[in-house]
Formats: sequence, C-alpha cells, structure tokens
Amino acid sequence: MAFAAFATQAAPVEAAPRRRSRMALFLLLPGILYLVLFFLTPLISLLLTSLQAPREFGDIGQYDYAFNWQNYVTVIDDYLPHILRSFGYALAATVFALLFSYPLAYFIGVKARRWPLLQSLMLVLVIAPFFISFLLRTLAWKQILSDESVVITSLKALSLLAPDAHFTGTPVAVIFGLTYNFIPFMTLPLYSALERLDTRYLEAGSDLYAGPFTVFRKVTVPLSMPGIVAGTLLTFIPAAGDYINASRDFLGGPDTQMMGNVIEANFLVLLNYPAAAALSIILMAVILIMVSIYVKRSGTEDLL
Amino acid sequence: MSGEAQAGAVVGGLVETEQRPTPPRPRRTRVTLGSWLLPLYVILAFIFLLIPIIYTFVFSFNDSIKSNIAWRGFTLDKWLNVCAVQNGAVCEAFGNSMLIGVVATVIATTLGTMIAIALVRYRFKARSAISLLLFLPMATPEVVLGAGLAAQFLAVGVPKDMITIIIAHTMFCISFVVVTVKARVASLDPALEEAGRDLYGAPQQVFWRITFPLLLPGVLAAALLSFALSFDDFIITNFNSGSVMTFPKYVYVSASRGIPAEANVVASAVFILALVIVVAAQVSSAARAKRLARR
Amino acid sequence: MRMPAGAFAERGADLELVGIQKRFPGFTAIENLDLTIPAGSFFALLGPSGCGKTTTLRLVAGLEEPTAGRILIGGADVTGQKPHQRPVNTVFQSYALFPHMSIIENVAFGLRRRRIPDPSGKAHEALRLVELDHLAQRKPQQLSGGQQQRVALARAIVNRPALLLLDEPLGALDLKLRRQMQLELKSIQEEVGLTFLHVTHDQEEAMTMADTVAVMNKGRIEQLGAPEQLYELPKTAFVANFLGQSNLFTGQVAGTTSEAISVDINGQPIIVALPRAHRHTGDVTIGVRPEKVSLHLDKPVTDAARNLVGPGRVIDVSFSGVSTQYLVAVPGVGTMVVFAQNMAFGPVAQEGTEVWLSWNIEHGFGLEDDPADVNAEAPKFPADTDTRSIAAQKRDALISELEEG
Repeated sequence: MAFAAFATQAAPVEAAPRRRSRMALFLLLPGILYLVLFFLTPLISLLLTSLQAPREFGDIGQYDYAFNWQNYVTVIDDYLPHILRSFGYALAATVFALLFSYPLAYFIGVKARRWPLLQSLMLVLVIAPFFISFLLRTLAWKQILSDESVVITSLKALSLLAPDAHFTGTPVAVIFGLTYNFIPFMTLPLYSALERLDTRYLEAGSDLYAGPFTVFRKVTVPLSMPGIVAGTLLTFIPAAGDYINASRDFLGGPDTQMMGNVIEANFLVLLNYPAAAALSIILMAVILIMVSIYVKRSGTEDLL
Repeated sequence: MSGEAQAGAVVGGLVETEQRPTPPRPRRTRVTLGSWLLPLYVILAFIFLLIPIIYTFVFSFNDSIKSNIAWRGFTLDKWLNVCAVQNGAVCEAFGNSMLIGVVATVIATTLGTMIAIALVRYRFKARSAISLLLFLPMATPEVVLGAGLAAQFLAVGVPKDMITIIIAHTMFCISFVVVTVKARVASLDPALEEAGRDLYGAPQQVFWRITFPLLLPGVLAAALLSFALSFDDFIITNFNSGSVMTFPKYVYVSASRGIPAEANVVASAVFILALVIVVAAQVSSAARAKRLARR
Repeated sequence: MRMPAGAFAERGADLELVGIQKRFPGFTAIENLDLTIPAGSFFALLGPSGCGKTTTLRLVAGLEEPTAGRILIGGADVTGQKPHQRPVNTVFQSYALFPHMSIIENVAFGLRRRRIPDPSGKAHEALRLVELDHLAQRKPQQLSGGQQQRVALARAIVNRPALLLLDEPLGALDLKLRRQMQLELKSIQEEVGLTFLHVTHDQEEAMTMADTVAVMNKGRIEQLGAPEQLYELPKTAFVANFLGQSNLFTGQVAGTTSEAISVDINGQPIIVALPRAHRHTGDVTIGVRPEKVSLHLDKPVTDAARNLVGPGRVIDVSFSGVSTQYLVAVPGVGTMVVFAQNMAFGPVAQEGTEVWLSWNIEHGFGLEDDPADVNAEAPKFPADTDTRSIAAQKRDALISELEEG
C-alpha cells in the first residue's frame, strides 16, 4: 500500500556509522532537496498566496503579500456548494468503486490463485484503462452515453428513462465518470490484500460454525481491511480534487462543478490567485483531516 | 505497494508471482449459484472496464471530418496520416509528451532509487520526517500540487515552459519511484552483498555487480510507472505548461470543438504498444516461473 | 447429525467412513477407504506426506467433498453437509487463529456462531483448561508457538464437538515442547472424553498419544491397530520401515512346523515363529527390529531359540548416546542394522571388526506383502531418512553394481 510503504521498515544494516551516514546523506540529499524545493516550498507559497490582497490600483492578477484571511471567508461563501459537491461526489464514487472492485479483486486474488498466468493477465486488464489517455476514455463515455447515443435512446424507447432525461451533465454522470476512472486505484490495493489472504482462516471460520456470509463479514473483510483503507484513500483523494469528469466539456454540466473546476478557473482564467490558493488549502486540509480520522477509526493507524 | 506502484510493477511485468505452498483446493463438485455468479460478474466487469477503450480504438478508424462524434465510415487514413491534421498539432503534442516523460522519468527514477536505498539500508534520525515528506505528495490532490507549483513559479517569476512541466512531473513521480523500488530493496537479502564483500568485492564493485542488477527489475518497473504517470498527466501540466502543448492537454483543449480522430490513433497506438509490452513480459515471466518450477 | 444451535453435543460420537474415494484432477488421493473410529477413542492416522491422511481429515471436516462414499458421524450421514453444519472441529496445522481478533474472541467465535449462552464465560473456562486465561486479551501474534497451539485447541474443544480433528497440530513446535504438548493433549482428551482423530507423520507422536493407529500409504490404510501391535508385528514392508527401522530379508519358505517356519535366505535358514508370520508358503519377506538383534564378537554357541547369522563385518558405527547403531555387512544376507544399548563406555566393536548377529526367533516377524511388491517398492521407502542408512543403501547398490559388472 502506498500508505504502508513508509511504515514497514526492514531493519537497517548496521555498520561503520560515520562513513555510512555520509553515504546516506549523499543518497538522500538530492531527492529530498528536490521535494523541499518543488513540493514543500510551493505548499508554503500556496499558503502565502491564499492570504494575499489585491494590489491597490493594480491590474487584474496583481496581488501583494498580506494577511488577508477574509479570502477564506469569501471563497467559502462563494463556493460552499462546490466544496460540498466535491466531497459528496468523491465519497459516492469511492463507495461505488469499492462495491464494484471487491468481488473483482476477490476473484483475481483468491479464486484465480491456481492459475498465476490468468491472474496476471486479469491484473493487466484491470490497469488497461491506464494505458489509454484519461481524457479520451472519459470523452468516450460522454459520447457513448450522450443524449443521441444508442444506449440512451434505447433506454428511453424502453421507457426505462424519462423521455426528457439526460445523462451527461448530471451529477450521476460525474459520479459515474469518477468511479470508472479510479476503479484501478481501488482494485489493485484490494487485490494485493486479498492475494495475501490465507484461505485457511476461511476454513477455520467455517469449521467454527460460520456460514459463508458470516465468514465473509467476520473474517474476509477484517483481514482485507488494509486493502480497503488504502483503496478508498487512493480513490477518494484524487476524486475529490478531480476536475476533468465534472468539466462541462466532459461528463459534467453547469451544476456539477467541483472544487477542482473553480480552482482551475480562478487560477488560470480569472487570475484570482488568492481565491484559487485558499480553495486548494481548504481542499488539502479537509482531505488530511478526513483521512486521519478515517484511518484512526478503521484501526489501521500503522498504515500511515 | 500502492495501487500505482503495483500498476507499475504490472506494467513492467516484473511482479514475480509469489511462491506459496499450494493452497488447499477449493471444492468444485457441487455446482452452486456462487460458483458461476462470481466469474460471470468478473467477465461483465472487464467488459465494462474495456468499453471506452474499445470505443476509442474503433473511432480511430472513423472517416470523420472535424469532430469525431458520429460514425461516418471506415478508413485507414487517420492511421496512415496521423501528422497531417492541423499542421501536425497532434504529433507535436505527442512528441512533447514523450520528451517530457523520458526526461522526468530519468530524473525521478535516479533520485527516487537513491532515496529508496537509503531508507532501507541506513538508520538516521530524520527518518520519519523524510517518510512524511515522501508520503505527502501522494496524499495531495493533483490540483493542489499543480496550483502550488504554479503559485511558486509565479512568485519567483519563472516563465512556464517545457522545463517547468518537467520539474512538476519529476516532483510527483519521485514518491512513486521510492515506493516501488523500496519494496524491491527490502526484499533483497543483505547476505548477498555481504557475500560479495566476503569475496573481495570493493564497495563500488559490490554495488554495480550485485546490488544494482538485483534491483534492476524494481527500478525498471518504477521507471515505467513514472513514464506512464507523466505521459497521462493533465491536471498538474495544465497549471504549469504555459503555451506548451502536451498530448493530454491537446485533448482537453480540443474537447469543446471536437477531437480529431488522429488523437484516437495516437492513444490507440500507445495503448496497443503498452499492452503488448506488458502481456509479453507477463507471459515470459510466467513461462520462466514454470521452467524454474519444473527443474 | 446436525449440530443443534444453542446446545452442545452430548458426547463424542463414532466416525464411519464408507467406501470413500477422493480424486483430484490428475491424481487420486484416496482409493476406497473404509474406516470406523469408535466414540471416545484417540485415533491417529499416520503416514508420510502425500499419503492421503490430510485429505481424509479435510473430508471429515467438510472442507473437501468425496468423489464417492459416505461419511457418518454418530450414525448420521453428514456427506452433504457444509463444514459449518458438521459437529466437528479442527485444530489446524497452522493453528489458523484469526489475527484480527483477541485470544478470547477467537475462542468464543464458534460459541457465538451457534448462539450458545454465556460464550465468554465458556471461552474463559476453556482457556483455563489450557492454562492461558491470563493471556485472553492478547492478539495471536503476541503468543509463542506453543501458546498458539493451546489456544487453537481451546478454540476447538470449547465447542464440545462430537469429533475433534487434529491436523499435525504439533508439527511446528520444537521437540521438547512437542513432547510436553503430547502429554497435555492426551490428558485433555481423557478429561473431556471426546473422540479425537489425529493426523501426523511423526510415528513417535502417534504411538505415544493414540489408542489406535492407522498407517496410511498412497491413499490406503496399510495396517490398523494398537501402537505396540503395529510395531511388534508389522504386516507390510511399508509399516515395518515407516514405524521405526527394520531388517528385512526375502526368501522361500523351506520348511514349516506347527510352531515356526524356516525361510531360506541365500542358503542361510532363518526361523520365524508361526503366529508371527502372515504368510506360510512360497516367497516371503521376514524381518527383525534392529534393537532385537544382539552383536557378538565371538561366534556364540548355537541355540535353537535364536537365529544366528555371520560372520559379518562392521562397516559403520554411529554413537547416539543411549545406544550405538552398527551397520553390519553379512555375506549372503545383506547389510543389517543393529542397535546396541550402551552398557559399557563407547562402542564394543569398531569398523572392520568381524561379528556375529543373533536374535530370538520369537522376535522376528513375517510380512503379509508379496515379496515381489516389496522389492519393487523397496527403493521408494528408505528405512529412514537418516543419512547413515541412506549411505548404507547407496553402498549396497554400488557393491551389487560392481559385482554385476
């Protein structure tokens, strides 16, 4: 898991401390410096930008450093629906992706164990959407499910859909797109947890009078918890910040705009950098808070 | 391993199927609802996952004029003359994406591999702070990464061009490289290096002749993952590209006025190439495992 | 017999396997097995890995379905029942303690599933029986192997199953702990009075613990009986070699009296008491246990009650504390293994010494096997995995090869 990756430490090999620590420094320094320079400083710079005030008599896009915390009040006032929508859509997409992926990952990781080649080919199929452009596959759905498409017109002909109903441009379409696009992020960690699931625990469960459903609920799900946590995080985080699916040119409409869309618009179109920065900081803060509560609740702190 | 890191490993065909004791055989004689329901679901799920890919592929053969929405008949023209449309805009964007992907991959893989080795092999004080620093970029939404870096470039007054895109891509790839390579370093038996030293290998020789070849599969997987992440990235690129066109950005920009079938050609070609590489790697590694098992 | 919800089985029950056959794609694990285990007994299935013993256990537990045949517990047919419906519990080889639950939750798991009243009180009681109640709140990973084994046992017996299945439960423990657990397991079985079916490849474990041992090989039961009976009077070459070591000889019956048969081994007559020989005519295989054989430095006086072979030459001596093992090459008879108690300091004979071997005719045995089968199968069952005996066999093979050449 991404989230476990930095927690599981193989015992470092001890030897000649001084010379080795210089070696460690040599190995770490370039990469760490890079991240400080191009990840950490930008975050600080984002924080500072979020507090900027417009330059007096300045042009559009000209701001000065200040402590203008009202920016946050303003963006929350202006964009509360977008903020709520982002987390709501991301949550729904995460739940749907989990429901979709669990049986799939279970089949690949547990049922297909006897056929390693089939197992790896199925994994290739899971990540196959990664190989085609994210934007093109989203557009493909837009066209497959557009109002004039075969799918929608036949659903209407069969009266399964109201004659004036739309799919693209609705929240359903955006959640659908988010779900589809992040399924591999859910399936792979679930797979890697289920692949390690020792089926002898399942046998022990059924030996101790648990029926198939009870075994699933009491043994399989708790034992795959690390995969569930990692998968939901890997889906939720990018989904909350996404703005492709919700974009009007893709699956969204005017009423489906998410935080990503307004951050993009403020930064690249309106040149309202402080607003974009404040929204970014809010997005990141909410995600970090939600993630830490979630991880604590699910009893998988050691993942972080 | 993260989903992406694992994806990288699958991409590289380098996930060695773990050797485990033969699992107890499941019961098979009784045909129950559950015994065919799950496979059926899996087949439907894969069909669902593949629908947009197939759509994109099919529409790369559409004899479209401007927008590629309605089917107008089959043609090979778009495949044969990819670069002809819009004065080669598609090909230019594709070329930029390749260049950025390769450069960012080389830098990120080098830096990330060094960090991974240090994290597994050395003990140092700032370890948890460094782990956090590596973890955060993966837990940060891309839009925040993109906006942050753009705010930084704006504050310092750096013009956005190819370089800023490469800087951005390298930044978000490093963490994924570390995760992927670290798993490989951790699985490496330190006794192998000790044996190398015992057999009169100088530290440099031990590294290049023993450690590095053993790490290579992990490093390659990480590089492929980096390249895939960079090649397909749009959100971060959008904030830091200025007027430079990458392939995803080209698609985004032309989405409102219709995307030419040539874009489908490029995407389909990349897809097929990636699929061939991965399947070939998987099949050959399975064949290798089989050969080893037979021995 | 279905496990009633909310109540325990009254007592241990009989287990009956009728014409059980189990095929897997590509091979047959069990070929027509009939077996009855009486209620309240401690029954061991003993055999090398791959002999079908674990498959048998899994069939009884319901974790596998037989290709043919029926399984009856307490007279009721359970063949079609799922594992969770059977009044059977298993102590798994790997223990399979749920890692995400505490010890007490593990032990109470089965009770809760069956809605037995006061599950945690009963679970604590079971933990007290295995003397681990003080660790009830720990997680399985925090316990030692021996402790985990006892928890696994408590988790199974707390359900008072009609039949308790033990799948090599002591295999992962070190020797000393294993001996201790064997005794504990035995005393718990006597205390709770359940029927135990124990699967193991450790002959010593089977013999120490079980009332009845069935030796299994290639999906069949070779021999079934009390441990002493199996050891003293093996019926087949497989049993003779799997349970301890044996010196086996093949020859033709040269004479029969009302009390004994005389077998001609390359001109050397060897006598076996008649009741101890399963075949009385034609080609037979006979044998004697190494510890029953005496080693003589001088030719002893002929004694009608003892077989005497020799002179032979000591080709290997290995000292193992309590006894010394000698390999003696006796011309015409082959290489024999002798265990001599160390009554004096050190071995009494060195390599190369000329010796005679003798044993009481009441101590030999005659196998039921057809010698043709024994010879054909012999290489597959090395007397022991002991390197010395393997070395001896290799040497034998080499010598015969050289002689042929």
